[in-house]
Amino acid sequence: MTIIVTFVVLTVLGSYWWLWTHRVTEKPWLVEGIPEDHSKAREPYQASRTGLIIFLAVVTSLFSLFASAYFIRMQLDDWTPLAEPSLLWVNTGMLVLGSIVIQWASYCSGKEQLRNTQHALLATGFFTGCFIFGQLWVWQELVNNGFYIRSGPAVAFFYVITGLHMLHMFGGLWVWCRTTLNLWSGTELLEMKQSIQLCRTYWHYLLLVWMALFGLLLST
Amino acid sequence: MAQVALADSGQPLSHPRSFFTKYIWSQDHKVIAIQYGLTAISVGIVALVLSGMMRLQLGFPDTFSFIDPSEYLQFVTMHGMIMVIYLLTALFLGGFGNYLIPLMVGARDMVFPYLNMLSYWIYLLSVIILMTSFFVADGSTGAGWTLYPPQAISYGTPGSDFGIVLMLISLAVFIVAFTMGGLNYVTTVLQARTHGMTMMRLPLTVWGILTATVLGLLAFPALLVSAIMMTFDRLLGTSFFMPAMMSMGEQTDHDGGSPVLFQHLFWFFGHPEVYIVALPAFGIVSDLLSVHARKNIFGYRMMVWAIIGIGGLSFIVWAHHMYVSGMNPYFGFFFATTTLIIAVPTAIKVYNWVLTLWRGNIHFTVPMLFAIGFIFTFTHGGLTGIFLGNVVVDLPLSDTYFVVAHFHMVMGVSPILVVFGAIYHWFPKITGRMFNDTLGKLHFWGTFLGTYSIYLPMHYLGFLGVPRRYFAYEGIDFIPESALQLNSGITVAALFVAAVQLIFLVNMIWSVFKGKKADPNPWNATTLEWLTPQTPPEHGNWGPELPRVYRWAYAYSVPGAEKDFITQIEPPREDDTLGHPENERAT
Repeated sequence: MTIIVTFVVLTVLGSYWWLWTHRVTEKPWLVEGIPEDHSKAREPYQASRTGLIIFLAVVTSLFSLFASAYFIRMQLDDWTPLAEPSLLWVNTGMLVLGSIVIQWASYCSGKEQLRNTQHALLATGFFTGCFIFGQLWVWQELVNNGFYIRSGPAVAFFYVITGLHMLHMFGGLWVWCRTTLNLWSGTELLEMKQSIQLCRTYWHYLLLVWMALFGLLLST
Repeated sequence: MAQVALADSGQPLSHPRSFFTKYIWSQDHKVIAIQYGLTAISVGIVALVLSGMMRLQLGFPDTFSFIDPSEYLQFVTMHGMIMVIYLLTALFLGGFGNYLIPLMVGARDMVFPYLNMLSYWIYLLSVIILMTSFFVADGSTGAGWTLYPPQAISYGTPGSDFGIVLMLISLAVFIVAFTMGGLNYVTTVLQARTHGMTMMRLPLTVWGILTATVLGLLAFPALLVSAIMMTFDRLLGTSFFMPAMMSMGEQTDHDGGSPVLFQHLFWFFGHPEVYIVALPAFGIVSDLLSVHARKNIFGYRMMVWAIIGIGGLSFIVWAHHMYVSGMNPYFGFFFATTTLIIAVPTAIKVYNWVLTLWRGNIHFTVPMLFAIGFIFTFTHGGLTGIFLGNVVVDLPLSDTYFVVAHFHMVMGVSPILVVFGAIYHWFPKITGRMFNDTLGKLHFWGTFLGTYSIYLPMHYLGFLGVPRRYFAYEGIDFIPESALQLNSGITVAALFVAAVQLIFLVNMIWSVFKGKKADPNPWNATTLEWLTPQTPPEHGNWGPELPRVYRWAYAYSVPGAEKDFITQIEPPREDDTLGHPENERAT
């Protein structure tokens, strides 16, 4: 449980630090009036961004728990490591490319270059689709080689972890789909800018999660 | 760094026009709160009936032919899971969280109203899936609310075919619903507080709900991981948790799984879950005591720090539920230590509640009675928790009624008393009408004395070594006849408490339609939810302008003030020092 405990402790300490910066040591019964920094309005984007960050913390908790369970289960006698198919490297490359082009889409939307943004978003969808297709291909390859989900704990973990990661990619693709369709159907780029930025954050995050999971699978 | 977002972002709220969008498919946090509340209470009544059936069997064995051992285990399991997850968690966070957060922080609604609405409907779906399990071929699961493998999915355990699968799916769906709601609650508190509502001006109710939600967001994934892996073990034949074993005389297909791994994952969720239920109760009870004692909460800062301290510590105590699992004894030492440490901030809270009452102008209103009742039951349950936090005491008591008594006092009766107190307290705002005071007091005394009559004797049964989870106790040498008679008495008390709840239901239903019209602020409270232009508040809560907050939430009986409360929106007077010579002005 070291991984999840470490994550939670860091999150808790981060929250305490945030509270510290928000005057949690103040004696509220001694202070009246409206502090100056409370009269500034924030953009709605900040709520979405905060919501996304909290959601990513929840997802991190989920994958940390799987990683913890993986290590605990690995220590038992029946564990036989799985030789990861080399196609995973190609898939990882696709996800990296997806992340790069969505960064490009975000950059172009900032510069208000509609055409480039549209193309970059399409490229993001293409590379992400390739990643998912590749992951499914890996599953097929494992099945062809006789590695079914009940063949052993390492194989079962592989299917579950990669499946969950793909499920989160699908969630991202749903938002990507809405954003891209809106952009192609004539919605102002300025309106979609926030959505593109949130997608970018999500893509980078899922790339990081995949890197961590891939590292975990390769190292065991 | 310290700046606050405003709810008035310029985005217009879409006001629903049809009955369907106003009351059914509603995005208004107040309607969603009521939907959550009614669903949770309805499913809670199912769980209450199940507990009544269990008590009938224990109190009067061989009397009721419709209760057999399998059904008894199913009742135990469903009662526990419904009460902890589908009633208490949903009611405190989905119900009170939804209703109170936007009102108390001065927002027009949750920041993601559509997601909020989805959260309720997905919660309802999880409840429906769970209820469906009563009607499948082998009935609901009888694995115990902790769902420990291997027995949870082994043949022979009631509900091991479909019941357990429906339970696991229902839990997974619930977690999705909770995550949607939870994102809303936290983001709304962080991003949609009104002008002047600093973090340290938040009422403790909001602090409790906020911290509990953060715990839920981080801890519920552990239950989701357990549910996914156990579903795979059950349906696809994996061996995450299932060891090699014989079942019905045959070797099963499973091999090498670790049941203790499940226990770690389950309790990594399970212990924070205690605080997911307790922290909102702590927050609410603090506000009830302060309002009805006409006195500021004692040690507000310490109360906030205690809430967030308990929240942090709750993640490193989980294995005190596993002392009997055969884990490394050094772990036991570590977890016993952390468990005793978490008692410190908890005790601070209890002291501060009592000190809030000390020399207060106590109004023995119905909400106040429930709040004071909570102090008794929670202290009682908390102290027995310190017993059980020690390994050497826990080992002999772990499988006895002492544990049943402990967790019902601390996690059953105590939060439920707060739920009732909170419903009575905010009923006038929610419905615009007052409840019947006499019926409310009858309800309190019946519930308070009745639950004590149930659980106090259970501690004694635990000391006698009477094991929990058993269908019947006849013929067990070390259990004296008097213990069996005590069981009958407990059953009578349990049926009495169940009957008393009818008073509550009658009172609520009658008062909604026929109760006296309520003042907007009948308790003379200071916090924002009482200061809405309309009672009950309309969609959008605040009219054209958001409220502006000038002071903390506990300005009661301020020396020199005209009234015994100063609302949060009352601008400071030039000569106003709130009785504190060192008082500052922020602007």
